[in-house]
Amino acid sequence: MIRVVLPFHLRNLARVEGEVELDLPAPVTISALLEAIEKSYPNLRGTIRDHGTLKRRPFIRFFACKEDLSLDPPETQLPDEVVNGTEPFLVVGAMAGG
Amino acid sequence: MSKIRVLVGTKKGAFILNADGTRKNWQISDPHFAGWEMYHLKGSAADPNRIYASQSSGWFGQIIQRSDDGGKTWNTPGSSVEELKSEQGFPKGESNKFVYEGEPGKHLWYDGTPHPWEFKRIWHIEPSLTDPDTAYAGAEDAAIFKTTDGGKTWRELPGLRQAKSQLWQPGAGGMAVHTILLDPKNEKRIYVAISAGGCFRTDEGGKNWKPITKGLKSPHELPDPEAEVGHCVHRIALHPSKPDVLFMQKHWDVLRSDNAGELWNEVSGNLPSDFGFPIDVNFNEPETIYVVPITSDSLHYPLEGKLRVYRRQTGGGEWEPLTRGLPQKDCYVNVLRDAMAVDQLDQSGIYFGTTGGQVYCSPDGGDSWSAIAEHLPPVYSVEMQTLP
Repeated sequence: MIRVVLPFHLRNLARVEGEVELDLPAPVTISALLEAIEKSYPNLRGTIRDHGTLKRRPFIRFFACKEDLSLDPPETQLPDEVVNGTEPFLVVGAMAGG
Repeated sequence: MSKIRVLVGTKKGAFILNADGTRKNWQISDPHFAGWEMYHLKGSAADPNRIYASQSSGWFGQIIQRSDDGGKTWNTPGSSVEELKSEQGFPKGESNKFVYEGEPGKHLWYDGTPHPWEFKRIWHIEPSLTDPDTAYAGAEDAAIFKTTDGGKTWRELPGLRQAKSQLWQPGAGGMAVHTILLDPKNEKRIYVAISAGGCFRTDEGGKNWKPITKGLKSPHELPDPEAEVGHCVHRIALHPSKPDVLFMQKHWDVLRSDNAGELWNEVSGNLPSDFGFPIDVNFNEPETIYVVPITSDSLHYPLEGKLRVYRRQTGGGEWEPLTRGLPQKDCYVNVLRDAMAVDQLDQSGIYFGTTGGQVYCSPDGGDSWSAIAEHLPPVYSVEMQTLP
């Protein structure tokens, strides 16, 4: 089971508390995980990545296992620790605005 | 007794203020969508329980929210898992999706070079006067979208951007369709206004549009006196009983048209400054209009630190300052273009919100004012619902 931590405002929008858990078949890529998030919580469509281009929104970052995955290609496979649920996948609102 | 519901959009959430028809005791809701920028909320005239809201964020983009119970609960339209299953079983999630029709094209950038259209947010939602499931949305970059399924999906009315949009250019606040007026006597007629784009009208339900800017003068921004587009229109307003009479607060100048925008005449008269943002019309007096003069385009606060609404009655050129109950010293707030509204009670109530977080109400047509909310985040929009 993959664990996902959403930022405060997206947890409120999706009406979830704490971590989100998703079950995905291997291999698990960044884009596959994002699709699974959007499929389970459809009103998050467009909030993490652009509706049309599917590119990550500029002020959203992805982290896992203390690594910044934000600039990795969408087809990048997630670390085993994320896939087996040892470590969460973090969706983070970037610090911005002063 | 009638009830009043005030929908307030702010920089950090939305608030709903309720009172009975005396408009003396107000209840203020907890924040809705706390922390999000709420550019606009507006209720349907056909079903007052139906309210649309534009929720946005520099981080998370554009969300459309809808309430079907007068603002008690909210949902993103069409986003339940059951509603989103297409024939292929994939989620669609279209309620937040605003995509320009066809090739988006280019408009002028600040430096005068062509710049591609990029969707940023929805500034204004205007529900249909007759169908709760139909509404129009004004977008930045400037375009108008329409839903006919209660906000589940939105489609652009691309004809607007065929009205010389290659010459539109963003102002300091961006380039957005910030005003949408529906003609209550002609469902095919719609007006929109765009800062630094101009003012436009369709008589074909949004298929084709034309600039309606004859008589506007913007000599510093537009040296060409015949320029049809590019005028920085801040707000337009009409009275439902006389929809061919339009009032406009432009970047500078207050104007009036008696022929659906075919020709405008300046009515700034004795205003201490004719720069400002909102303009609205008294519900019971179609010739009585209100503006809030701001010092200048460089100083977005009232003259002399005095917050004054100005009222002009019966079509004359004389404006009167309305000050009773408003701060008359050390006041340096602004009133944004969508932050003024009127109710529909027998004695018209006038309302406006400030960038300082106050919402003021005058239950007597502007003669006296009191703050019905204070210390809110900066107010972006104020809309009224008069309920039975």
